[in-house]
Amino acid sequence: MSARRLRRRLVSGLMTTLVGVLSFVAVLALAVILGYLVVKGASSLDWNFFVKNPVPAGQAGGGVANAIVGTVIIVGVAALIGLPIGIGTGLYLAEYGSGRFGWIVRFVADVLNGTPSIVVGIFAWTWLVRPMGHFSALAGSVALAVLMVPMIARTTEEMVRLVPHSLREAALALGYPRWRTSLRIVARTALAGILTSCLVGIARIAGETAPLLFTALGNLNFSSSILQPMQTLSLQVFTYGTGPFDEWHRLAWAAALVLMGLVLLLSLTARWALRSRHGAAR
Amino acid sequence: MAPPADARLQLEAVRLTALYGRRAVVKDVSILFPAHSVTAVIGPSGCGKSTFLRCLNRMHELSEGGWVTGTVLLDGADVYDAGVDPVQLRRRIGMVFQRPTPFPTMTIYDNVAAGLRVNGGRSRGEVDAAVEQALRRAALWDEVKDRLKKSALDLSGGQQQRLCIARALAPEPEVLLLDEPTASLDPAGTQRIEELCHELKHRYTIVIVTHNLQQAGRVSDYTAFFYLGDLVEVGRTEELFTKPAQEQTEAYITGRFG
Repeated sequence: MSARRLRRRLVSGLMTTLVGVLSFVAVLALAVILGYLVVKGASSLDWNFFVKNPVPAGQAGGGVANAIVGTVIIVGVAALIGLPIGIGTGLYLAEYGSGRFGWIVRFVADVLNGTPSIVVGIFAWTWLVRPMGHFSALAGSVALAVLMVPMIARTTEEMVRLVPHSLREAALALGYPRWRTSLRIVARTALAGILTSCLVGIARIAGETAPLLFTALGNLNFSSSILQPMQTLSLQVFTYGTGPFDEWHRLAWAAALVLMGLVLLLSLTARWALRSRHGAAR
Repeated sequence: MAPPADARLQLEAVRLTALYGRRAVVKDVSILFPAHSVTAVIGPSGCGKSTFLRCLNRMHELSEGGWVTGTVLLDGADVYDAGVDPVQLRRRIGMVFQRPTPFPTMTIYDNVAAGLRVNGGRSRGEVDAAVEQALRRAALWDEVKDRLKKSALDLSGGQQQRLCIARALAPEPEVLLLDEPTASLDPAGTQRIEELCHELKHRYTIVIVTHNLQQAGRVSDYTAFFYLGDLVEVGRTEELFTKPAQEQTEAYITGRFG
């Protein structure tokens, strides 16, 4: 074996080991976070944790039912507002967005995608909380929806673009009008991908905290009115985690674990949905 | 060489030029497609034969920068007239592409019914009957009649292509355009499609683009030879292949280029 070949082999082996170690470090970070969450939080997860509301500070027991319900409501309303707008924008960009207007929409979406969520929060505070005169879950939902729309729009566009051009042509040649081709053939074919992008989008906003701090505010009691302040799991982690009581710290870890589990579940469902599409349309 | 005088002149291109932006890919082509016959369009890759086919049902104008001058007459009426809706026109001129394009989210039945439903105004029974008839004409009925509700993706490549032919036939078009329909099929699948051409020409006017000269010889009554966007020669298939009038045609069919 010549010296050159030996050197190539050495460099190749070294590089492979290096990237392998780096990947391991990346995975390790996630594993440590998850493991620590389980260690600190799992012991507090009992039936009461899910069904009881918080008890007055300093007392033992109680749960975070209010935060779980609040998360579902706030994220649900945000999805109700954000998903239709996001999906519609994505469809428009993929099917009709080749012109100047499409370019502008795409650019704005990309800028919005990179906007820190706290900036979106302060806008929701200025335009919703202040005119209404009080904090509300609705303002929080709107802030989350604003974060969601550009994300959903861009991923939907990607998914719709994956539909082969030949399918579009086949439908048009069959006498489908353009809009029906977009909806009946193209969007239908991309449906699994669009649903996946929705789930990923929901997972992303479910853990948002910053924009909720000055919109939904948080609430130590149970509330189901979207016009009133409302608690979410992320806000619960923030208030309890930074609070003075050991009992609160314990609940904060458990809430963090539940939130993480929720996001993980959404991501896994999204992956599964996408894979079952690639398997076959059955 | 003129087609027989008694044939109804169903489809005709008149001084048709197809362009992408300022680049002409089909140049000043005039040609008749006699009713109830198969016309093959042959020529080397990039000679504009597919683009020409796409002008006949106004698909070319959907391509980026695509536009035409000249015109196409269907039963004597100008299909590029301002009053003609291209969507309606495409329901009268069916088209099948190089690769099978079944709609992946639809069942076999729904694929064939797609063109009928977009027209609307048909009862369930009428759609059922039309789907069966189209599948029979595409020689696919016996193979799929027991699994009409299965995904179209479960079919083999050759079956998928016949499904696409059935889908194109279901709305009862007058003309069938085939753009290299056997390019992605094995010999057995190719033979089925070629047999179909013979059966279908009694009801439809067929234009088939092919780069396979033997196929043109087997399936067509007339053959048109395109080269670099020009229509070099058109005539009865056996005459064009045995004694071509143009030297270019002879060079191509004897394999000296292309």
